[in-house]
Amino acid sequence: MIEYWIKYHDKMITALTEHMIMVVTCLVISITLAGVFTVLSIYSIWIRNGLLYFFSVVYSIPSLALFALLIPLTGLGMTSAVTALTFYNQYLLLQNFISGIWGVDESIIEAATGMGMTRFQMLRKVQLPLAHRALLAGLRIAAVSTISIATIAASINAGGLGSILFDGLRTMNVVKILWGSILSIGLALIVNAVLSFAERTIT
Amino acid sequence: MAHAIKCINVSKQFKSAGYAAVDQVNLTINEGEFITILGSSGSGKTTLLKMFNRLYQPDSGQIILFGEDINSIDVIKVRRRIGYVIQQIGLFPHMTVAQNIATVPQLLKWDKKQIAERTDELLRLVDLAPEEFKNRYPHQLSGGQQQRVGLIRALAVDPKIMLLDEPFGALDSITRTNLQQELLRMHRELKKTFLFVTHDIEEAFSLGDRVIIMNEGKVVQFAAPADIIHHPADDFVASLIESARAKQTFWENYDD
Repeated sequence: MIEYWIKYHDKMITALTEHMIMVVTCLVISITLAGVFTVLSIYSIWIRNGLLYFFSVVYSIPSLALFALLIPLTGLGMTSAVTALTFYNQYLLLQNFISGIWGVDESIIEAATGMGMTRFQMLRKVQLPLAHRALLAGLRIAAVSTISIATIAASINAGGLGSILFDGLRTMNVVKILWGSILSIGLALIVNAVLSFAERTIT
Repeated sequence: MAHAIKCINVSKQFKSAGYAAVDQVNLTINEGEFITILGSSGSGKTTLLKMFNRLYQPDSGQIILFGEDINSIDVIKVRRRIGYVIQQIGLFPHMTVAQNIATVPQLLKWDKKQIAERTDELLRLVDLAPEEFKNRYPHQLSGGQQQRVGLIRALAVDPKIMLLDEPFGALDSITRTNLQQELLRMHRELKKTFLFVTHDIEEAFSLGDRVIIMNEGKVVQFAAPADIIHHPADDFVASLIESARAKQTFWENYDD
């Protein structure tokens, strides 16, 4: 194990970096999109339910199948991977964002409406600040799930830690499989711990 | 005297209900009056109140505020011109007392100094020392203090009309009596039109210059307390007064 690390650590660090770039890119795009969708969702219950329904259907597509579906559109590589991962994240993020902003006490919403806040003012001044716990929880779940699903993206040449795992599987190299697993699990655990800590300290 | 509110044949039926929540209501409220709206739950009193700041839209009829049809004014503007206080208070828990009070002034883009002065003035109006209470959060206040803040938050931009939906319904009876007295004093000083919904007959009769009694969506009587007591319009009103008198006899049994 250790020998393998000494010999190939450049390669593994490259894979880890690729993996993190993929995850961070995807999270930035996902959060921006989910933010836009959340704002849209406050204006109509149809938009809200439509979005949740659409992304829950997408979420139920197995990841390998979704990657394969995207190849004709965005080709092999990182673009397809990030696109697919962003689709998956929408469900996780929207679910948390929307339930967070509607979980605010009804009397507070009523008072805010009666005072003459517009829908957007209410979102910005009342709902978002009160929902920050749910927003952070959504972010954490999305981050962890992206880290794990991103390993499968190696199947469409997107690189990342998945490439170590897939190589290991192909050549039946247990050490390689183990290193791939340890790095991706470790990354997920660390990110989860950091974001949980953030959730607890900010509130 | 100017008419603050005028309702012409106002009706409202909720989709799921088989009857009208508010049924053909006609009434005129003068500027500066303290009006209480009395009725049991389901009588339509809250529904009627919420139509005045367009939280509900009537199915038919017309509501006129100071000569203007409320449907001709932008809904956000209507609401900012009217103070609104609810039983659950609805203070924003993530904001301090001062920030809560400043909400509508900020929406109207008042400057900071003006907001700060107004906040202090309002806190003093309800006997809360500004230095002590300004920076507290709602959860650091008692129920009575919270509703005082709720009241002055609604008064912040000096609205001509105040809508109060059972504002003291969740308070203990001592706090409640104190707040009732404060509200009467505020009404005398501020000369605003108050509309106060309650299901408590003593509260309705002791606070209101005139009382609207509602039953099954209809206004059954709208008159000064003394008129209602001496000339109840129908059996329902008579039985209401009867029930209040029965309570009084209960207390009299202990006086000797």
